[in-house]
Amino acid sequence: MLDTVVQGLSGLGAGTSYLFTSGGPNVVMLLIAATLLYLGVKKEVEPLLLVPIGFGCMLVNIPLSDLMDTGGLLRILYDMGISNELFPLLIFVGIGAMIDFGALLENPKMLLFGAAGQFGIFLTLLLALALGFPALEAVSIAVIGACDGPTAIYVASQYAPQLLAPISVAAYSYMALVPIIQPPIMRALTTPKERVIKMAPIKRSVSTTTKLLFPIVVTLVTGLLAPKGLPLMGTIMLGNFMRECGVVARLTKASENEIANIVTLFLGLAIGGTMEGHAFLKPQTLMIFGMGFIAICTDTVAGVLFGKLVCKLTKGKVNPLIGAAGISAFPMAARVVQAQGQLYDKKNHLLMHAAGVNTGGQIGSVVAAAVMLSVLKGMGLI
Amino acid sequence: MDNAKWSFGFTMMIVGMGGTFLTLWILSLVMDLLKKVFPLAAKAAGDDKK
Repeated sequence: MLDTVVQGLSGLGAGTSYLFTSGGPNVVMLLIAATLLYLGVKKEVEPLLLVPIGFGCMLVNIPLSDLMDTGGLLRILYDMGISNELFPLLIFVGIGAMIDFGALLENPKMLLFGAAGQFGIFLTLLLALALGFPALEAVSIAVIGACDGPTAIYVASQYAPQLLAPISVAAYSYMALVPIIQPPIMRALTTPKERVIKMAPIKRSVSTTTKLLFPIVVTLVTGLLAPKGLPLMGTIMLGNFMRECGVVARLTKASENEIANIVTLFLGLAIGGTMEGHAFLKPQTLMIFGMGFIAICTDTVAGVLFGKLVCKLTKGKVNPLIGAAGISAFPMAARVVQAQGQLYDKKNHLLMHAAGVNTGGQIGSVVAAAVMLSVLKGMGLI
Repeated sequence: MDNAKWSFGFTMMIVGMGGTFLTLWILSLVMDLLKKVFPLAAKAAGDDKK
């Protein structure tokens, strides 16, 4: 009888004793979870993701918890939507339903800014290879430069699931830090004269038919050119088509609200579940964070330099600052451009132009990932 | 970094960046074409000016 009681009590104290004997990494991860929760709640840094990620991280690092073992809650969520890429794709349907591509359609050439803003991806790929990461891991790390959380998760979960946690946390953290990272680069690369360039107001010139056909045409063209990225582009354009066709308002609302919210919760918890101390606390995690930072800085540099080139070619009709919006962080990057423009001239309104570039960046990031996957497929690596 | 990795990295960079630019350029042409084939109706444009 006494033995049974002692055995029962030892079961109660097992977690605590593990924590004090070999639970060092768990303690560090619990502190990281607390930091993520603090950033999400107090600083409102991407709270919709950092709160579930932080909580998932806490759950999985409580010693002897079996939430990521077979049949555990977090494992079920992971298998349900991360390992098969379902969650990021469902989020893309919601993003497509939320985005109005009107500003981009007014001036389609703005899409080229969305290409320039992806340069960081390819430079980071070289850097990751130079640091010794295998090809598919390097590609997954480089996609942080897309500045697009769902795309980063989609690629990493497929080709480097062991790096999913640091890649997704880095991607979302840097997206939230865009208003801090971009302005110094924008100021360093532009002259005061360039910053006050006023761009001609956008006139409405896009018909409803064009807006309706846009998602179909984009899906067909990108699907034919880079078929490996079709799930990404197809889902974002499905959301946008539902928005523009106007006859499935219930589905559109569900995609951008209920479905996106539920999936965001599940996605965040499942990613938090991958942040198990012994797997997460490695030097390569720090390297991934470092490379993610470089990727986003390089995207901004390339975007602004492309803006300067276009400014020269158009004889000063384009403000180079809008190039910084060529990344996927929507609408944050466009707001940063507007704020920077108004810092030097209160009457300078760059928001609509920057929004066009920013939606171009959204498409550009997906196209870049799609092209990379298709090139990898062509090389026989996937 | 060995030759195979350099070759992989530069191929990805050139074909990847080039492919991204090319795809987006083609998309921009298609979007321009769509705007020409389906222009904004005069009435809608007029309403917008008001």
